[in-house]
Amino acid sequence: MSTIKKIKNLKELSTSNDRFEGAHLLCPGCAHSIIVRELMNCTDDNLVISSNTGCLEVSTAVYPYTSWDTSWIHIGFENAATAVAGAEAMYKARKRKGTLKDPDAPVKFVAFGGDGSTYDIGFQWLSGAVERGHDFTYICLDNEVYANTGGQRSSSTPIGASATTSPAGRVSYGEKMMKKDLVGIMAAHGAPYVAQMAPNKWKDMIKKMQRALATEGPVYLNAISACTTEWKFDPKDTISITDLATDSLVFPLYEIIDGRELNITYRPKNIIPVKDYLGAQGRFKHLFKPQWKHILDEWQTNVDKQWEYLQRREEAKV
Amino acid sequence: MAEKWDIQEVEVWDGNFAAAQAMRQAQIDVVAAYPITPSTPIVEGYAKFLSDGYVDGEFVMVESEHAAMSGCVGAAAAGGRVATATSSQGFALMVEVLYQASGMRLPIVLNVVNRALASPLNVRGDHSDMYLGRDSGWIQMDAFNAQEAYDLNLIAFKVGEDASVRLPVMVHQDGFITSHTAQNIYPLSDAEAYAFIGDYQPIDEMLDFTKPVTYGAQTEEDWHYEHKAKQHKAILDSRPVIDKVFEEFEKKTGRKYNRVENYMMDDAEVAVVALGTSVETARIVAQEMRAEGIKAGVVAPRVIRPFPFDNIRESLSGMKAIACMDRSSPGGALGALYNEVTAALYAGGSKAIMTNYIYGLGGRDLTLDSLRDIYRELDANAKSGKRTGKIQQFVGLRGPKLEYFE
Repeated sequence: MSTIKKIKNLKELSTSNDRFEGAHLLCPGCAHSIIVRELMNCTDDNLVISSNTGCLEVSTAVYPYTSWDTSWIHIGFENAATAVAGAEAMYKARKRKGTLKDPDAPVKFVAFGGDGSTYDIGFQWLSGAVERGHDFTYICLDNEVYANTGGQRSSSTPIGASATTSPAGRVSYGEKMMKKDLVGIMAAHGAPYVAQMAPNKWKDMIKKMQRALATEGPVYLNAISACTTEWKFDPKDTISITDLATDSLVFPLYEIIDGRELNITYRPKNIIPVKDYLGAQGRFKHLFKPQWKHILDEWQTNVDKQWEYLQRREEAKV
Repeated sequence: MAEKWDIQEVEVWDGNFAAAQAMRQAQIDVVAAYPITPSTPIVEGYAKFLSDGYVDGEFVMVESEHAAMSGCVGAAAAGGRVATATSSQGFALMVEVLYQASGMRLPIVLNVVNRALASPLNVRGDHSDMYLGRDSGWIQMDAFNAQEAYDLNLIAFKVGEDASVRLPVMVHQDGFITSHTAQNIYPLSDAEAYAFIGDYQPIDEMLDFTKPVTYGAQTEEDWHYEHKAKQHKAILDSRPVIDKVFEEFEKKTGRKYNRVENYMMDDAEVAVVALGTSVETARIVAQEMRAEGIKAGVVAPRVIRPFPFDNIRESLSGMKAIACMDRSSPGGALGALYNEVTAALYAGGSKAIMTNYIYGLGGRDLTLDSLRDIYRELDANAKSGKRTGKIQQFVGLRGPKLEYFE
């Protein structure tokens, strides 16, 4: 039987049952490794992990090395959800037939994808695996850009960000589209648990990860993963940039249970202006020119509206 | 435990149902599948077995063929028996993952019910999907009728799962002609069939946590070449294993398979080389041609990958004229079968006059008359000692005759 592991403090969490080796090739300051390590440390259960092609994958399994001290598989850019779903089906079949080496040890199935593979190219595979009800947790490491291939826009890239395929220029403020609401879309699948989380609020993140692993059925977790390279900030500022994201409510933290019950899990004591978050990153620098002031205004209006929407849903218990 | 099927000595099954029955008897742990004409009845058949309790594995009905093969790869890496089925566009959608399955050395069995590739959209049988798989690193076996589709499925599990092989295997049959035509089938009992294949032996399984495994690593210019070369070696080294499994199958059933199947080749002077159902048509015509005094034979690769280079050369040695029949649009080249057979013969110093016939695209029938004409042309080539037409000719095509290459 699997039990929820008790975690006293961050120091203990950071060293307990460490199955993600520190020797990987992710950029200094990349939030991916924080999120992955905390997922792997928050449980003592056996883990089968899959990854889509992306920063995490190319940085952690370059032959003849691997950072994964557990079962790990990568197939393609789009199919980590299906890979782990196949493994989960095999686990069920072999458990029933009695061919597992250790049939009583609890096993959890987890897929990781970046926003490129989750919001865009792998969306169909994620949707299918969640619809079929596989017992797995999908974690999107959402850095709002195709970081692995050098900073092209994804459908998670927010309006006004400069990406290499939607660059800011003399006559353009960069990305024109709003960020896709994938959390809402995954909740609409009827998944038993969907949540948005951030590594700066580690207790909230661990709670959501542990709930995800304890939930029977498909779970979607969207994790903000600040990207020092493409967001253009100093690598030492990963957590403080993430603080700005959660405290400006650009990245609100909440959960949706059974697609019908929304709870906000973090309310900043002092809500900071959105422009403080945007101004701390090179990707939004151009928005502070007078000609794009309306984009800054639009940003604040959208964040206010979304926060209002989330609060009303929570209040109405829907 | 799954229910046993009350199997008769002779059953009347089409190729699809024969394949589905073989999959049931193999007691597959996971089938991840997506339906597509003409292979759909394999998937439906398996689903019905499941709902009637004849199968106790998992059946994952995914949202695309790409996901079907992705699920198969994840499942196979988790250490159990895995199979699925597809055709045509579905096969094309799977291609990315086919290469990944073979690169990870996962012994998945894929039934490919051959069908043309669009555009124009066409549901009938030709070999363009089969040809699309030929560099994918899978073992490819070709059934010419429903009985063979059944037999080769059992053989495919045993070959692919052999500890020295560990490669995925495709079993091909022709869309509709084989897949939807009911024939008398002589199956093995459930117990015999399963005993022939044996229990699945997991290697490097993701569900053994005492030995963590990393599947699908990245290798760049420092290692990729060695890995791909090793994979090529593995598929070539499967040749003796395939021969051994064919022998074991013959002992059990009396049905003899060879990597290249020869028909009336002992004293033949001209030969047709073909794949799929065309082989049986060619055999009928070859027999008929003997009455006309043409020493006709038929050579058919049973195993397409690993390509039976030596066997082809041996089978066709001493031929005066050879027709290679390609049922796939050659896209600006000679047909693939022609190229591969010719390469094998050239290495052996053959002086045979080679012709490449393109035929049957999109399910156009290969008629007895077309084959009679082909044999007569081979005979004329053989007698005159030179090619009477061009190297590549389209047969059974409307309009003026199309022929290329001299």
